Amino acid sequence: MRISNWRLLLGNPVTVVSAVLLLAIIAAALGAHWLAPSGVNDVDVPNALRPPSGAHWFGTDELGRDIASRVLVATRASLQVAVVSVAFALIAGVSVGLVAGYRGGWLDTVVMRCVDVMFAFPVLLLALAIVAILGPGLTTTMLAIGIVYTPIFARVARASTLGVRVEPYVAVSRSMGSPHRYILVRHVLPNIAGPLIVQTSLSLAFAILSEAALSFLGLGLQPPQPSLGRMIFDSQGFVTLAWWVAVVPGAAIFVIVLAFNLLGDGLRDVLDPKQRTASEAARGR
Amino acid sequence: MTPVLSVHDLRVRIGRHEIVRGVSFDVEPEQTLGIVGESGSGKTMTALAATGLLDIPGAVATGSSELAANDDSGTTQLVGAKARVLRSVHGGRVGFVFQDPGTSLNPLLTLERQITESLQAHRNLTRRQARERAAELLEAVGLPDPERRLNSYPHQLSGGQRQRVMVAIALACDPELLVADEPTTALDVTTQAQIVDLIKDLQHDFGTAVVWISHDLGLVGQVADTVAVMQDGLAVEQAPILDVFDRPREPYTRQLLDARPLIGTVGPQPAPADAPVLLDVQGLNVEFDGMPAVTNLTFQIRRGTTLGLVGESGSGKSTVAGALTGLVTPGSGTATLAGTSILGVRGTAEKALRRRISLVLQDPFSALDPRTRVGSTIAEPLVVHRIRDSRQARTNRVAELLALVGLPVQFASRYPHELSGGQRQRVSIARALAVEPEVVILDEATASLDVSVQAKVLDLLTDLQRELGLTYLFISHDLAVVERMSHDVLVLRNGAAVEYRPAADLLSAPEQDYTRELLAAVPPARPRSS
Repeated sequence: MRISNWRLLLGNPVTVVSAVLLLAIIAAALGAHWLAPSGVNDVDVPNALRPPSGAHWFGTDELGRDIASRVLVATRASLQVAVVSVAFALIAGVSVGLVAGYRGGWLDTVVMRCVDVMFAFPVLLLALAIVAILGPGLTTTMLAIGIVYTPIFARVARASTLGVRVEPYVAVSRSMGSPHRYILVRHVLPNIAGPLIVQTSLSLAFAILSEAALSFLGLGLQPPQPSLGRMIFDSQGFVTLAWWVAVVPGAAIFVIVLAFNLLGDGLRDVLDPKQRTASEAARGR
Repeated sequence: MTPVLSVHDLRVRIGRHEIVRGVSFDVEPEQTLGIVGESGSGKTMTALAATGLLDIPGAVATGSSELAANDDSGTTQLVGAKARVLRSVHGGRVGFVFQDPGTSLNPLLTLERQITESLQAHRNLTRRQARERAAELLEAVGLPDPERRLNSYPHQLSGGQRQRVMVAIALACDPELLVADEPTTALDVTTQAQIVDLIKDLQHDFGTAVVWISHDLGLVGQVADTVAVMQDGLAVEQAPILDVFDRPREPYTRQLLDARPLIGTVGPQPAPADAPVLLDVQGLNVEFDGMPAVTNLTFQIRRGTTLGLVGESGSGKSTVAGALTGLVTPGSGTATLAGTSILGVRGTAEKALRRRISLVLQDPFSALDPRTRVGSTIAEPLVVHRIRDSRQARTNRVAELLALVGLPVQFASRYPHELSGGQRQRVSIARALAVEPEVVILDEATASLDVSVQAKVLDLLTDLQRELGLTYLFISHDLAVVERMSHDVLVLRNGAAVEYRPAADLLSAPEQDYTRELLAAVPPARPRSS
């Protein structure tokens, strides 16, 4: 008795809520420029550090800029960095992992040792090094985070490929003379998609945290472009005077990361065969 | 005599589905009840629910199952019993042997730890006493050098030896009831015969009542005193074993009896006279990491005939299939298909060759890509070889092939998980036939199917051979199935040919001891009255 993936996914309220929340955040981020009540860099010093009110929902910062508008635009930048860098990591990592896992032998050893070396670097240190070489900015941030997350996808793809490679349907396909590329695209890739989808969702969450951390250190997005990490950094001097300056961008990071993580957990329950049995049973079939 | 286990109106429900629908039976001391049925009939569920071992989330058992104590101190109700009650019963008064000895033993513990676990829990023996008892048990189940074996780990034993250890663990506390769920299904026929004898002997010595679950009516005929035939969660027929074989009341029982392949009943249709040799294998050698897997194997298959390749697990049967399909690289030897060499071919020659030899594997669950629709699966060889190179032509060919293997055309848009085991194996066969190969290698192609489904698939293969003039290499561990299909038979042991002759001669008058042993291990058509 197999329940369809969609039914199982939609039957989990936490997954549904996190998916809806994410869709709302993405929609708000895409429409940030229309939704923002005022310009992100409209300085209004007389009204600096005003608490949340009808005019400024989330208050104003030390230069009187509207925090709600800045968070909206910064969220869009965060999501943009996360999506582009994870897409880079996904494509690069999966290509490497797929070929290494399927081909095996010396190629696998060499590639995976390189991946191990990349893993051994602390994530932020590696990103710092890349930013230091290329100079800070949007593109550099995307590239740095993308490179940092590539080995994770390479590992996940390789491990899953090792399992699929020995499946009898792959043997049958080889016995009928199918070229390797055909087998990789038609048989291996669709069958390793599950863990990759889960990893993508979780990596998006971590990429947003990484972007915030880099911006906090002044190595990510550069002012005047607003970013969540930079906003928290700038709020340090005023936290005791105006809590909202730090809490609002912090809460934005918290909500986005939590939503991606919960969605990832929900997807794992459905796409991971071991978890799946348990979640099917919990549904009472 | 009071029954050891008395089950009344047992039902198991999972969600809205009733898996077991009111089963009643008694098991007497020293008697064996066989529960027979095809996959999904509810036989394992019945046994698990009756012994309180049902641990499937959402499953609810109702009814009654009473275990009598051997000292007449009343009975214990096992359905809906508290965990504490069940813990005192399992391992102590009810022992279990499951199908797969590879996963039923903990790989990290020595045999001593695994056998003494229940002794220490239920019998309050000291470590030393438990060890002595464990050694006795290993001796009773026929493991050589039991004292030393106690310190072994499961991976140091063969499959048959592991199943012997499982029997020792099950009988450690001298239980009143032994539940054996397909205990020999994962074993070779000769090992199966040994385990059957072992359990029967021990049952006699210990006076244990046995519930023996199997899909194999022939095997149950050898072990059981009474049989319950299960179908769709119901015990459709319950009777003494000989009555079931001689006078089956239910059509379903008759169907199961008729579907069994039996030695000495039917052979294949006669081979075409003066058929030329199509596949000629000479002196084939295959090694894996220096270990010989196939040694100096020579055989020929004439066009339109079937060669049965018989052997136990590890005999090198599948390695031969791998060498002929390019999945395994042979060490030396030659193989020609109608004069063309087929070993070590590369490039375009290889691709052209792969079209002429197709492969059908054992497990219909894993031989089809779960994420590819049936239509695309069957069309895969057409795409790879650029045959019927248009969408419409391929769709037509897939429809033809589905009709050929007796499946409706609508199946093309289904996924493998929507099909039954027999239907999937038909899809595998359709895929193998898509590019009109000359030779089809069937590697245990019916081994994981229920007997009634197996009979239908064998009929299909026979019909296809006649209609299309196909040549088969039929690999199997089951001599009765091999007899039904093959014109010639090659018996393989440890990678070398033991006996290679026309099927009728080899099976009626085997020359080698090993062949005789294999034949003797096949359950007879009618149970021997003991």
